Amino acid sequence: MTKRQLLRSGARTPALSVLLVLLMAAPLAVTAISGAAAAAPTSSARTAAAGLVPPTQGMAPQKSVGKGEGQLNLIAWEGYAQPEWVKPFETQTGCQVNAKYAGSSSEMVSLMANGGGGQYDLVSASGDADLRLIYGGDVRPVNVNLVPSWKQLRPFLQSPDFNTINGVHYGISLQFGPNDLLYSTKAFPKAPTSWSVIYSKQYAGRITIPNNPIQIADAALYLSAHDKALGITDPYELTQPQFNAAVNLLKQQRLLVKKYWNLASDEISLFENGEVVVGAAWPYQTGQLLGAGDKVADTIPSEGATGWADSWLLATKAPHPNCAYKWLAYISTPQVQAEQAVSYGETPDNSLACPLMNKISKGSCQSLHADKPDVYFKSIKFWKTPLAQCDNGKPDCVPFQDWVTAWTQITG
Amino acid sequence: MRAALTLSPPLAWFVVIYLASLVAMLVTAFWTVNPFTNNLQHQFSLANFGDIFKSPIPAIIGRTVVLATCVTLTDAAVAFPFAYFMARVASPRARHALFVAVLLPLWASYLAKVFAWIVILTKDGTLDWTTGSLGLGQPNIAYTKIAMWVVFSYLWLPFMILPIYGALERVPDSLFEASADLGAHNFRTFRSVVLPLALPGVVAGSIFTFSLTLGDYITPLLIGSGSGTNLIGNVIYDNIGLANNLPFAAALAFVPIVVMVVYLLGARAAGAFEAM
Amino acid sequence: MESRATRIALVVWVSGVLLFLFVPIATIVLFAFDKSNVQSWPIKRYTVHWFQVAWDDPSVRSALWLSVKAGLGATALALVLGSLAAFGVHRFRFFGRETVSLLLVLPIALPGIITGLALRSFFTFGGINLSLLTIIIGHTTFCIVVIYNNVIARLRRASGSLVEASMDLGAHGLQTLRYITLPTIATALVSGALLAFALSFDEVIVTTFTAGAQTTLPIWIFGQIRLGQQLPEVNVVVTAVLLLTVVPVALAAKLTGGGGMTRSSVK
Repeated sequence: MTKRQLLRSGARTPALSVLLVLLMAAPLAVTAISGAAAAAPTSSARTAAAGLVPPTQGMAPQKSVGKGEGQLNLIAWEGYAQPEWVKPFETQTGCQVNAKYAGSSSEMVSLMANGGGGQYDLVSASGDADLRLIYGGDVRPVNVNLVPSWKQLRPFLQSPDFNTINGVHYGISLQFGPNDLLYSTKAFPKAPTSWSVIYSKQYAGRITIPNNPIQIADAALYLSAHDKALGITDPYELTQPQFNAAVNLLKQQRLLVKKYWNLASDEISLFENGEVVVGAAWPYQTGQLLGAGDKVADTIPSEGATGWADSWLLATKAPHPNCAYKWLAYISTPQVQAEQAVSYGETPDNSLACPLMNKISKGSCQSLHADKPDVYFKSIKFWKTPLAQCDNGKPDCVPFQDWVTAWTQITG
Repeated sequence: MRAALTLSPPLAWFVVIYLASLVAMLVTAFWTVNPFTNNLQHQFSLANFGDIFKSPIPAIIGRTVVLATCVTLTDAAVAFPFAYFMARVASPRARHALFVAVLLPLWASYLAKVFAWIVILTKDGTLDWTTGSLGLGQPNIAYTKIAMWVVFSYLWLPFMILPIYGALERVPDSLFEASADLGAHNFRTFRSVVLPLALPGVVAGSIFTFSLTLGDYITPLLIGSGSGTNLIGNVIYDNIGLANNLPFAAALAFVPIVVMVVYLLGARAAGAFEAM
Repeated sequence: MESRATRIALVVWVSGVLLFLFVPIATIVLFAFDKSNVQSWPIKRYTVHWFQVAWDDPSVRSALWLSVKAGLGATALALVLGSLAAFGVHRFRFFGRETVSLLLVLPIALPGIITGLALRSFFTFGGINLSLLTIIIGHTTFCIVVIYNNVIARLRRASGSLVEASMDLGAHGLQTLRYITLPTIATALVSGALLAFALSFDEVIVTTFTAGAQTTLPIWIFGQIRLGQQLPEVNVVVTAVLLLTVVPVALAAKLTGGGGMTRSSVK
C-alpha cells in the first residue's frame, strides 16, 4: 500500500474517533460541571440560615475513644508535626501520622472543603480560618472530656470564641503567639513604644509587614488608639467607614514598605541582610535571628497587638476519629506542649508547660512569655474571621472577602 | 480504525481528565459566592467578569503581559548566539558539553534557584559585593521588578536555548554553501537564510517563556516586594485560597487562557509547532 | 565559515551565558556548607554538618523516593500516550487535526495553577482521594506534551519511504513498528523522557493541588523554606541531586548524539 492509499483509508475514521471520544466525554463534562458545585471549596450543600448556626452543631460527639485506626491524616502548619513528638506518638498509639503542610489559613480552609473530603482528620487552623470552617460545616463538635489535659489549658483558651460557638467545642486550642514588633537594636537602641514606627516616614524603605489581608486588623487596632473618633472596638468587626480608614492608612504605608513578607524566612533574610530595620513579626523570627547572631529584639507596643491562636479542629468526615482523639489528648499534654513551643517559637496553651520549656531550652519560657499571667494576654486581639454579621447582630461589618479585595488594591 | 486505536487513549485522557475538568472549573466563573455564607450560588452572572476590569486587576494583567514579553525578548536575544555557537561553531565534544551544561540547571530545584537569587541580589549580597569591589557602586535590586525580570529570564533560559538549537542544527551546511555561492556575504546569509529557518525555534521557545511567566506566582512572592509586583497568578492564587472565591479565580483564569490561545495560534502560524 | 571575529565574540557570549546559568547553581552548592541557618553573603563559617543532617533525615529519603516514583510513573504513561498521539496526528489527516495539535500543547501553555486547580476539582468531584496516583496523573498531563512534541518532530523529519519499503518487503504493521519506526524515534523518546522526568521531578505548583498528605521533593523543599529552620539542608539535597543527575544526563546526551531532540535522520 502506498502512503497515499494508507492516508485515504484512514481519512474518515480518525475524525469519527475524535467525535466518538467527544461524545463519550460530553455527559461526563456536564455532570462534572454540576458536580463541581459540590467539589468547590465552599460547601454548597447547605444554605445557612440568616441567623448563623454552625451546620454541624447538632452532631453529637463520640462518648469514648475506641481502638486506633492505624492512620492519622493531619493538615498542619510547617513545623507542627516534627518527628520529635510525632515518633513517640506513633509508637504509643500505633497511629501512623501523615501530614499535609499548608502555607496559609486559606489553603487549610480550601483543603478542608467538604468536611475534609473524607481524607483528613484534623486541621491546625488559626483563628482567621476557624469560623469559616465551623460555619462551613467542615468541622464537627468535639468532646473535651476525652482530652484530659484540656483542664490544664489557660482559662481564656479553653472555650475561646474562635473555636467554641454556643458552648459547643469544635476543637482544642493548641498554641498561640502575638504579632509583635521586631526591630534592629542598632536602629532602635531603646525599644519602640508605639506601632507608629511602622507607619513613619522616618524609616521609609526599611519596613516590612506580612502579606496578609488580616493586616487590615492591625491598622484598625492602631487607629482604635490613635483615632478614637472612629470608634473601633474590635479590629475584626469593622463598619465600612472604619474599614476605609484602615485601608487608607495601609495605602499610605505602602510607599514605606520594602517588602511584604510571605514566609518567615523572607523576613529573616530581610533583617539579616540589613534591608529592613523594623517590622511586624512573630517571636519565631526573633528566635531564628538571635540564633544567627543578629542584633534584634521584639516587643508588644502600647496599642497592643493582634495575635494568632491555633486550634486542632476535627473534620466532619474524619476517617480516623479515634486516632484523632488520641492526638488531641497527646498534643495538649505539658511535655509535648513544651516541645512544640520551643521547637517552633510560640506560646503553649497548657499552663503547666513553662518549667518543662526551660528544661529543653533555658530561658525559653520567659522569652516566649509562657510565664505571664492570663491578664497579660488581654492586650492581644486574636485573629478571627471577619464576618458580615457583627457581634451585635447587625449585618454592617465588612466580610473577609472584601478584605481580600481591598488588600489586592492596597498592594497593587 | 487504526487511527482510532492510536488516538483514542491519549485523546480520551485529554478530554476526560484535562479538558472536562478545565471546562468545569471555568464554568464556575459564571457563578458567585454569597458573602454571608460563603456558599456558591448557581445563578448565571457576569459579575466576576465585570470585576476583572476593576482596579488594580487591569494594571496587574498589563504588568504580567509586559513582564512576560520582556522576559521572552531577553531570553531570545541571550539564547540565540548561544544556540548558534552550539549548532554551527562548536566541536562535537564542545557541543555535547554545552548541551549537558544547559540541561543541568533544570535539575536544580526551582525554589532553590529562586532562593539563591535572593542571596545574590539582596543588599550586600553577591552582586553588590562584586560591583562594589569593582568600584561600580551597589545596586541592591532585590525585591524590585528588575529582579523579577532577571530571575524569570534566568529560570526559562534553557527552554529557549534548546528549541533554537534544534532549529539551527537542522539547517544543512549545503544551504550555507549555496548562499555563499550566490554571492551573499555572512551577514546577508544570516539574515536571509539562518534567521527565517531559526524563527520557528525562537517562537517555540517563546511559548515556554511567555506562558511560564504568565502563570507563575511563586517567584513574585519570593522575589517581588509585594507592592506593585503581583502578577495574574498571584491574584488567582489569593482568590482560590484566601478569599475562597473560586468563581472570581476562575474568571481571572480566563485571562491567561485567552492570552495563551491567541499566542499559540500566532505561534502555529509562524510554524513553531514544527520546531518544538 | 564565520569570521574569526564572530567566533571570538560568540565564545565570549557563550562564556557569559554559562556564567549567568551557573552562578546561582554555584551559590546553592556553596551555601550547603554554610554553618548559619540564615543564608546571607558572605558566608561567615563553613561546616559539613548539614550533610550529616540530610543523610540522617528520613523525610528527605521518602520525599526523594516519592519524586522518583512519580516521575517514573508519569514518564512511562506519557511515553505511551504521547507516542500514540504523535503517530495519530502525523500519519492520518482528519478534520480537527490542527485543533488536536493545539489542544495537546495546552497543559504546558496554560499556567500550572489553572491545571492544578482544574485537576483537583476533578478529583474531588470523582471522589478520588489525592494520592501518588493523582500526582502521577497531574504530571502525566504535561509530560505527554513533551513526548508528543519530540516524537512528532522526529516523525516529520523521518523519511516515509522507509516505512513504505518495509511494507513492500512484506513486513506487517507490528514488524515495521519494531524494526523501522521505533529505532527511528528511539532517540526522540529518550530525550523526551529525560526532559519529561526533569519537569516532573521539579514540579511544585500542580503537585500542591494534586497531592494529599504526600511529600515529593519539591514540596519538601517548599516546606523547608517555609519553616526556615534548616535551610542549608535544602542546599545539600539539591547539590546531591545535581551530582546524581550529571552522569545520566551526560549519558543520555551522548546516546542521542549530543543534539538530542533534533538530529535529522537524513542528512
